[in-house]
Amino acid sequence: MAEPIKIKTPLSDEDVQNLKIGDSILITGKIYTARDAAHKRLIELIEKGESLPLDLKGQIMYYVGPAPAKPGYVIGPAGPTTSGRCDPYTPALLALGLKGMIGKGVRSKEVREAMEKHKAVYFAATGGAAALISKNIKAVKIIAYEDLGPEAIRELEVENFPVIVANDAHGGDLYEEGIKKYRK
Amino acid sequence: MREVDYITIVDAVARLCMEANYFLGDDVVKVLKQALEKEESETGKDVLGQLLKNAEIAKTEKIPICQDCGFAVVFLEMGEDTHVKGNIISAINDGVKKGYTEGYLRKSIVSDPVKGKNTGDNTPAIVHTTIVPGDKIKITVAPKGGGSENMSEVKMMKPADGIEGVKNFVIDRVTRSSSNPCPPTVIGVGIGGTFEYVAFLAKKALLRDIGQRNPDPFYADVERELLEKINNLGIGPMGLGGRTTALDVFIEVHPRHIASFPVAVNTNCHAARHKTITI
Repeated sequence: MAEPIKIKTPLSDEDVQNLKIGDSILITGKIYTARDAAHKRLIELIEKGESLPLDLKGQIMYYVGPAPAKPGYVIGPAGPTTSGRCDPYTPALLALGLKGMIGKGVRSKEVREAMEKHKAVYFAATGGAAALISKNIKAVKIIAYEDLGPEAIRELEVENFPVIVANDAHGGDLYEEGIKKYRK
Repeated sequence: MREVDYITIVDAVARLCMEANYFLGDDVVKVLKQALEKEESETGKDVLGQLLKNAEIAKTEKIPICQDCGFAVVFLEMGEDTHVKGNIISAINDGVKKGYTEGYLRKSIVSDPVKGKNTGDNTPAIVHTTIVPGDKIKITVAPKGGGSENMSEVKMMKPADGIEGVKNFVIDRVTRSSSNPCPPTVIGVGIGGTFEYVAFLAKKALLRDIGQRNPDPFYADVERELLEKINNLGIGPMGLGGRTTALDVFIEVHPRHIASFPVAVNTNCHAARHKTITI
């Protein structure tokens, strides 16, 4: 496997356009957690014309609801959840400048089109590798919706967080290409 | 009549919740290693390697394999000559509460499906009870993650569809599930019974260890055939393409009504969590 590409957040359009499906990536910097329940609230704010609890420009959103941290840990296991549940809300966030998403599983046609239009990238993390992934998370801060428990929006400080480019800003789709390649 | 203390059940269930979430089965570790040897996709190898490393970290540090610590599904086999002081279902729920709280497991249960909030302690459990002869109590805790559960389905087929119909349905279900249930998966299949019972059969099938075939050679062959066909779909680890899509397929069957042919597919992720105790 090719040497992983290291990237730092926030991402620029140029950063995003350089990434291609199948690239192995290590992310360092701040990323933000949100599952569908938090997305729903963000969309309600957008519809009301109110400001969001975070500036999405150039940022990466991670679809995750971590397990509780044991004493002495910054976070519990924190692997990706199914991205498809966020699909209905995603195009509106991409329009506000969101540049990257981390999750697992295929995205809808609407999301893929919005990613091409707004120049964004979708990274797949390994579902079920939650304990391993949590080792790359160095700090955690809740920034909104604490009442949602594991579904609150958290700011994560990550170091060499391992992901694979599943959908790039050029319409590439690793789910489609990869499965085609290995089907018998 | 043998008497068992309430607290014995609470402590046993709490321990099973934690062990099922921390320790990947030896059978799964073994088959993942074999899959890693055979996998052709570089991305696939990377993913399988991560799952093995993850299992090692979870085991050593006693932290959950996955952040989704599941719905606590409990299979209870109650010996008819045993009595638990207090209510056994509340003892199981107290055990789940204790296990998920003291074990730092994620609480994922919402009190009402439409209007509810997180219950905060992962209760209530789903308890499937069978009354059996003897004075023992056998409890299996099988925490079930949402991502793979969502990729499950019941279909009321026609008796004329036969075993070929079953195979086509299973393959179609796995194809449509694609990357969502965190492949490599374990596939439970129920055939027969009624609408609700066939789903139970598919769930019960997931309690088998990897490689444990149906005792009926006919269904054992179907299990082998389905596993090969699923792994030829190319979905691969995490659905990013590759040879390893499922680790095993288990079929459970039951007599059916002359008019009905219910079939269920219950999808599980690689974690395939289940731990058992006999008291």
